[in-house]
Amino acid sequence: MILYELISYDVLRVIWWVLLGVLLIGFALTDGFDMGVGALLPFVAKTDVERRVVINTVGPVWEGNQVWFILGGGAIFAAWPPLYAVSFSGFYLAMFAVLACFILRPVGFKYRSKRESARWRRNWDWALFVGGAGPALLFGVAVGNAMLGVPFHLNDLLMPMYDGTFYGKFLGLLRPFAILSGVVSFAMLMMHGAAWLALKTEGEINARARRMGSVAGIVAIVAYALAGVWLAFGVDGFTLTSDVVANGPSNPLYSEVARGGSWLSAYAERPWIAIAPVLGFLGMVLAVLGLRSQREVSTLLFSKLGILGVISSVGLTMFPFILPSTVDPASSLTVWDASSSHRTLFIMLVCALIFMPLILAYTAWVYKVLWGKVTEDDVTGPSHSY
Amino acid sequence: MELDIVELSRLQFAMTAMYHFLFVPLTLGLSILVAIMETVYVMTGRPIWRQMTKFWGTLFGINFVLGVATGITMEFQFGMNWSYYSHYVGDIFGAPLAIEGLMAFFLEATFVGLFFFGWDKLSKVAHLIVAWLVALGSNFSALWILIANGWMQNPVGAEFNPDTMRMEMTSFFDVLFNEVAQAKFVHTVSAGYVTASVFVLGVSAFYMLRGRHLRLAKRSITVAASFGLASALSVVVLGDESGYSASHTQKMKLAAIEAMWETEEAPAHFTLVGIPDKEARETHYAVHIPWAMGLIGTRSLTEEIPGINELVDEAHDRIESGIIAYDALMTIRAERDATPADVRATFEQHSEDLGFAMLLMRYTDDPRTATPEMIDQAAEDTIPGVFPLFWAFRIMVGLGFGFIGMMAYFFIRSSFYGQSYPRWALHAAVWLIPAPWIAAELGWFVAEFGRQPWTVDGVLPTALSVSHLSVGDLLLTLAGFVTFYSVLFIIEMGLMIKYIRKGPTEDVEETEIWEERHAARLQADPAIAAAE
Repeated sequence: MILYELISYDVLRVIWWVLLGVLLIGFALTDGFDMGVGALLPFVAKTDVERRVVINTVGPVWEGNQVWFILGGGAIFAAWPPLYAVSFSGFYLAMFAVLACFILRPVGFKYRSKRESARWRRNWDWALFVGGAGPALLFGVAVGNAMLGVPFHLNDLLMPMYDGTFYGKFLGLLRPFAILSGVVSFAMLMMHGAAWLALKTEGEINARARRMGSVAGIVAIVAYALAGVWLAFGVDGFTLTSDVVANGPSNPLYSEVARGGSWLSAYAERPWIAIAPVLGFLGMVLAVLGLRSQREVSTLLFSKLGILGVISSVGLTMFPFILPSTVDPASSLTVWDASSSHRTLFIMLVCALIFMPLILAYTAWVYKVLWGKVTEDDVTGPSHSY
Repeated sequence: MELDIVELSRLQFAMTAMYHFLFVPLTLGLSILVAIMETVYVMTGRPIWRQMTKFWGTLFGINFVLGVATGITMEFQFGMNWSYYSHYVGDIFGAPLAIEGLMAFFLEATFVGLFFFGWDKLSKVAHLIVAWLVALGSNFSALWILIANGWMQNPVGAEFNPDTMRMEMTSFFDVLFNEVAQAKFVHTVSAGYVTASVFVLGVSAFYMLRGRHLRLAKRSITVAASFGLASALSVVVLGDESGYSASHTQKMKLAAIEAMWETEEAPAHFTLVGIPDKEARETHYAVHIPWAMGLIGTRSLTEEIPGINELVDEAHDRIESGIIAYDALMTIRAERDATPADVRATFEQHSEDLGFAMLLMRYTDDPRTATPEMIDQAAEDTIPGVFPLFWAFRIMVGLGFGFIGMMAYFFIRSSFYGQSYPRWALHAAVWLIPAPWIAAELGWFVAEFGRQPWTVDGVLPTALSVSHLSVGDLLLTLAGFVTFYSVLFIIEMGLMIKYIRKGPTEDVEETEIWEERHAARLQADPAIAAAE
């Protein structure tokens, strides 16, 4: 018996599509508050000691959180190689900007307080701001572009080719709907960062974070609602016009795709998916209310719920599409034709089942050890801090 | 050299990878040395060992963060600049990268924060476990990345699927237990251990010369020299193992490193030095050692090692066979299920040479239309740059033996001469700090430049692997990386030097109180004294 045939190819593809979502959500839930905290840094903390308090709330955990991003990259490579190949080369300069931010941020955390000079620290504060705010915005822009479709096609050898001036050209990404998506993710992660600071700090910083967080939360709710309306009236969806071959080889060119109609027709076909946007709204509204009252733990949980709802609503709306192509719809990548082989998906699933519970367990333990508020005494004391 | 997208993509990968590897070896080795020091602290309770752990831990942290930060770039380089490569081999190559994230990155990154922030929050033993988990995570990550790299050198456990136009995995175990990967893994981590040992030794020697922090410096030298000696021996032994596996997996790379133009009668001689000349196909002023090459490469006196000219002829045949495979492949792709059985059979028979036909795509879009001159040229292209490989390899090996000598010397002085070191040796140790980095970078150069013109040996040519970006995009990101990385490097070096100058926060009083109490304990209980 061949072991990997225990789970059929189409089921594995759906499982890996779900896991892709889990990784993105895991990234947004953990590294999301780091990015939000970075974006809030200049506004919620004024003095050096205050800034050090803010930085130290994420100081011990950002490194682990950032691995969600790296693992996301690795998992896309292993489970969705065509997606890895097309998207990162397609969003080339945007990806470069994201990488620059992700390099700047760790270095900023680690090096900022290693010298006394005020100028040195001020510069790193800006680096931390850019390193947090930049990706928070750009990830939303990328998701918006995925929903609009991007101009690539696969040639006879399945080599990704990019058409027109869109690719590589950073400004080509900044289409209005994509910018709106960027606003959603930026505001949402800022709210999430504020919820984290509300939990981990006290006094002035705490009050400022709550104020900014509730404004950001309201912006996120409004922008998310607007994006929904826009999808209904102003954005073309994509549909598979050939029969679905869920067990076929991963060759996007074997299927036919048409552009037109609305993405939202998915809600007519599968009404149950409406639960995702409902959770998105509910979570964000409760998080805003939590930030205004003096709740801490529940606010962070509601903020997480909102993020979970928003991100899964994108995936569920687009299913089975992952990255549609505007210039050659047949090249569009879908769940049924952009995965790795049956065997590789199975092996990777086994690895994920072994390691994900371990990762969650020790991450939870680390957060437990570090539980509690970060105070001004903590950062001025002798123990190791940033 | 004209700057086309292939050259620019190669330059960018080489630059970002080599820069990343400035930080990796020190992380690999120093994580273990720090964990060893903390182990001594937990076992003996002597405060000096905690101070050592914290001091070397601080330097570890400054270095670690750049290793992590520049590693992010590497995870995405393949997708950004090598999109056809990513599509073509992602089914195999992606798996070890993802497992690296699952098994290694999470481990080291989650616990490294606790290592620095957890001194007051954890018990001694729990903190020690955290230190070891960080070290373990770093070393696991090297394991998986070398399994991925080993597959590029020796692509086992995979076959081509005409439907998906890519290589697909046929055996995960073959990929995992690839002999090239295993030898490379131990060779690479050992090189990291040597790097960290030379670093700790050099910095400690600097303190000894200045007469500062002598307790810390002497103990550090003892740890570094013993760990370094074992590691330096391991590097050379496993390097030899890599050479042996290359003799049957990457014959052209081996022949190029040795500048062996003609197949010689076994056992072949080893060219110690010389000036290889690709045009003339000979090595000028060569100094030979009889038999040595045959012994290293084949571990026998009778087996022949093929020379470059013979391998070019072989490549020529494989290109012709590859064209047959390519032709059959085109029929299969056009006809799909209606493909005649004999075409499929032809493809099966020649599919191993498909990659060789793709070498022609530098000269023509359709390999079937290649002229005999193009085939000659493509066969010639399979020779990598002999001169740089020949010398890079020799300098690396020379340094490798040098480290054995250096570590052995300090080990002997530390063990049998009461930890006294002559000033010249201490000066030498300081000046030798950069040497392991040079050796490590040359090692990667030999491994990767020696694999050209392939990204995956015999399977996918480099020229075909790139993303179809514009020269402008590539120049922009290359300039961005160079500028950004240079600034970070200056900042990192500045901090390293600042913290080395500043030295450990050595609590002399605490240490002396502990030692007085310890002496009193020994007097009170002769049994402990005897055990010491």
